[in-house]
Amino acid sequence: MNNDYILSLIQQDKRLDEREFDQYRDIKIELNVSKNAEGSARCKIGDTEVIVGVKMDVGEPYPDNPDEGTIIVTTELSPVASPLFELGPPGSQATELARIVDRGIRESKALDFKKLCIKEGEKIWMVFIDIYPLNDDGNLIDAAVLATLAALKHAKFPKLENDKVVFGEFSNKKLELEKLPVTFTFGKINDKILLDLNSKEESVIDARLSISVYNGDIHAMQKGGDKSMTLEEIEKMVDIAIEKEKELRSTIK
Amino acid sequence: MTSYDKRFSGRKFDEMREIEAKVGIIKRADGSALFRIGDTIAIAAVYGPRELHPRFMQNPETGILRCNYDMTTFSVPERKRPGPNRRGVEISLVTEKSLLPVVELKQFPNAVVDVFIEIIQANSGTRCAGISAAALALAHAGIPMKDLVAAVSVGKVGEKVLIDLDKEEEDVEDATDIPIAVTGRKQDITLLQLDGNVTKKDLVEAIKLAKHGCKKINEIQQKALKDAYKSEVKNE
Repeated sequence: MNNDYILSLIQQDKRLDEREFDQYRDIKIELNVSKNAEGSARCKIGDTEVIVGVKMDVGEPYPDNPDEGTIIVTTELSPVASPLFELGPPGSQATELARIVDRGIRESKALDFKKLCIKEGEKIWMVFIDIYPLNDDGNLIDAAVLATLAALKHAKFPKLENDKVVFGEFSNKKLELEKLPVTFTFGKINDKILLDLNSKEESVIDARLSISVYNGDIHAMQKGGDKSMTLEEIEKMVDIAIEKEKELRSTIK
Repeated sequence: MTSYDKRFSGRKFDEMREIEAKVGIIKRADGSALFRIGDTIAIAAVYGPRELHPRFMQNPETGILRCNYDMTTFSVPERKRPGPNRRGVEISLVTEKSLLPVVELKQFPNAVVDVFIEIIQANSGTRCAGISAAALALAHAGIPMKDLVAAVSVGKVGEKVLIDLDKEEEDVEDATDIPIAVTGRKQDITLLQLDGNVTKKDLVEAIKLAKHGCKKINEIQQKALKDAYKSEVKNE
C-alpha cells in the first residue's frame, strides 16, 4: 500500500476502510482465554488482537505505603504479532504501552490498593497484568486497556494458605474493580484527527495522543509521535473521548 | 505408584485429549496456526522468507529456519517470569530440529524463515503442541515442505505406557515423559526426548503409540489446511 494514497484519502476526509474519523473498528471482547490465569481476556479491535492475563502473588508492601497492594504491568511484544517485533528484552514501545495501561488503572484508582493489603506492613497482593499482542493491526494501546479491564473485572483471588498462594487453586473472592477507565488513542495526520488508527494509518502518523477517561475526568494522557499538537486539537480529542466514553466502556462485559 | 489401572481423566491409555487445529489466526503473519490438545493451547506464526540479520549468519547456499518457543507468563499456575529461560531455549532448538527435515529452503539463499511459538495455556505437552502448530503455520505460509510434522508426548505412568500425558499424570512420581515428533507419510521421527526410566520394550511400545497418535494429528492438520482454503474460495 502506497503511503501517498493513504494521505490523499485522508485529505479528502476518507479512510481506507471507509470509517468515519472518530469511529472505532468492531470491538470484541472474550473472557477467560487462559485457564491458569486468575483472570484473562482477549480484545479484538478489527484485526488487532491483544490478550491479557492477570496473576496474583503475595509480596511485601513498599515502606511508604505499608497498607497498599500494587500492580505490575508488563508488555511482551512477542514477534508472533508483527514482522516489526523482535525477540529480546522489552524495548521502548513495549515499556510505554505497559506504562500507559498502568497509569490508566493506577491514577483513576480503578483498583483500591488498600483492598489488596493482607497484613499491614507485612503482606500485600501483587497483581501482575501481562499484556501480549497477538496481531498488530494498529491501536494496541486501546485494545490492551480494554483487555486489561475485562481481565481484572473477572479475576478471582488465588487460594491462600498460611499467607502463601496455593498455585492452581482459586478462591471465590473476586478482585473488585471500582471503575472502568477506558483509553482513546488518536492520531494526527496532515492536521486531521483520527481515532483508532490501523497499522497502515499508524505508519503515516504525525502525532499521537492517548487519553484515559472515566466519568468525564481525565486520568492519564500520553502524547507520542514526532510532531506537535495544538491546544485546539487536544480539546477536540478530549471532547470526543468524553462523548464516546460510555459507548466504548459498554464493550466490556 | 506401581499400578495405574485407570487414568485420572478416564481416557483410554491410547486416547489423546480433544484436539483442535486452525490456520490463519494471525493476519499480520505470513502463516499462522492454533493447535489445542486438551487444555494446552499453542499458537505459531511464520514470518518469511525474509532477509536474515545479522548478515554474517546468512547462508548463500540456502535459507535457514529459526524457531522460538515461549510461554505467556499466565499460561501456568505459578506466573512464569517474562523473557527467555534455559528450558525455552532448549525447546526452541529441538523444535527447529524437528521441522528441519521437512522444509525445503534451498531456493531462499541468505533468507530466514522465522517461526514463533507462544503457549497461551499450558497443561503438559506444550512443546509437542508447539511443533504441531508450527508445522501447520509453515504449510499455511506456503513454505515448500516435503511433508507435515505432528508431535505428541507419550510415556509411562506406573506400569502403563500411554499417550498424551496431562499435568496430573506428568506429576506422578517416576512418570516418564517422551515427546516425539513424526513426519506425515513416512512416519520418520524428528523429535525424541526422554525424561524418566523405561526399558527398551517400553520405549518401542511408546514410539509405536506416538506414531499412531501422530497419524491422527496429521489428519486433523490436513483438514485444518483444507478447510482454510475452502473458506478462502468461498469468500472470493
